Amino acid sequence: MVSALPPIALQAGGNRVVKGVKIEHVCGDPSLGAAGDEALRRRIVERCLEAIRTPVQSPTLFEVEQGEEVRR
Amino acid sequence: MGGEEVADTPPQRHEGAVGPGRVLESLLAGGGEVATTLVCGDGFFNEQPDEAHEAVRAWLEEVRPDLVLAGPAFAAGRYGVACSHVCRLAGDQAIPAVTGLHPENPGRLVYPKAYAVPAARTAAGMKEALEAMTALGRRLAGGGELGPAEVEGYLPRGIRRPGYRDRPGAERAVDMLVAKLSGEPFRTEIPVEAYDAVAPAAPVLDLAQATLGLVTTGAIVPKGNPDRLRRASETRWSRYPLEALEALGADAYECVHGGFFNMIACENPNLVLPLDAVRALEREGAIGRLADFYCCTTGNDQRLADCVRNGREIASALVDAGVEAALLVAT
Repeated sequence: MVSALPPIALQAGGNRVVKGVKIEHVCGDPSLGAAGDEALRRRIVERCLEAIRTPVQSPTLFEVEQGEEVRR
Repeated sequence: MGGEEVADTPPQRHEGAVGPGRVLESLLAGGGEVATTLVCGDGFFNEQPDEAHEAVRAWLEEVRPDLVLAGPAFAAGRYGVACSHVCRLAGDQAIPAVTGLHPENPGRLVYPKAYAVPAARTAAGMKEALEAMTALGRRLAGGGELGPAEVEGYLPRGIRRPGYRDRPGAERAVDMLVAKLSGEPFRTEIPVEAYDAVAPAAPVLDLAQATLGLVTTGAIVPKGNPDRLRRASETRWSRYPLEALEALGADAYECVHGGFFNMIACENPNLVLPLDAVRALEREGAIGRLADFYCCTTGNDQRLADCVRNGREIASALVDAGVEAALLVAT
């Protein structure tokens, strides 16, 4: 699952939690412009696919690496 | 009437008191009488609910009692479900009703608004349960205002009403914290329901062959909100087609979640349900295919019992569609 509030998602027992951006825009960030937003969203979804491929024993957090567009 | 061997008994009416009703009669002590008793096997009630509910409805309409007492069902699950339905059906006709349930009786999930006194696990607690039910029933039938559950002694109904406390919240919170730190007893004002531990699903190693499902609690719906998904306190979930859709356009989809500022998600619903990115990865072969629908509810003040049921139903819909892995976006 993608959550902008990983501590809550993990506490509630989410086993594969990918850290989203913000509650208002969990999968992306419009302030990065259309291309930056789409690139960030894609990385979040890719991280989700990695999480699905990863064996876990208990609630586990998967962070999304920062890309070019978020380095200011 | 008996045990499991009569569980399939269809609804039948008796004049006056039967079984535990006789004890009730003596508890009423002239302050009322048991006019009629509806008997039904708890097996029948749960296996043929339509017929059973209709029998209860017709019985209530005809008798128009001042008060209905259902059970007590103790910890018996099917019986508890039946008693809760009786309370609900009485409520539909504005007839006060009381039941007696063990706090863990699953019947409480059927109709949490039922007035239920806490009962023992077994019928060994019959007398105490009937006494409490009669006392609470009298109050309800009298039409007076009832106080909160912890004062009146019934099981919490999940309803919060505004009210005044003697001291402000900050002081009460600090007192609670001090009590906790010094190992003294304290009582929370907002009990948090415990979550079930769900065993992690096995990883899906070959996603290139797998079908992926999309789910969100972010209330992304087709524009106009055809199912009238609620902004908060939703009890249901919906599913909407994704066939031939490459992205969620602001012209055709919107966010109706009432728990956050949802304008940003309305302007680009892919920010909550990332269809555009998933489609791109599908085209590139990173996933086999995307299921042709997505599932959606409003994760805002949703009761835990509804969350659990919605989760089960969504999981089952996805499994039916051959989905092997799901991507859930929570807001």
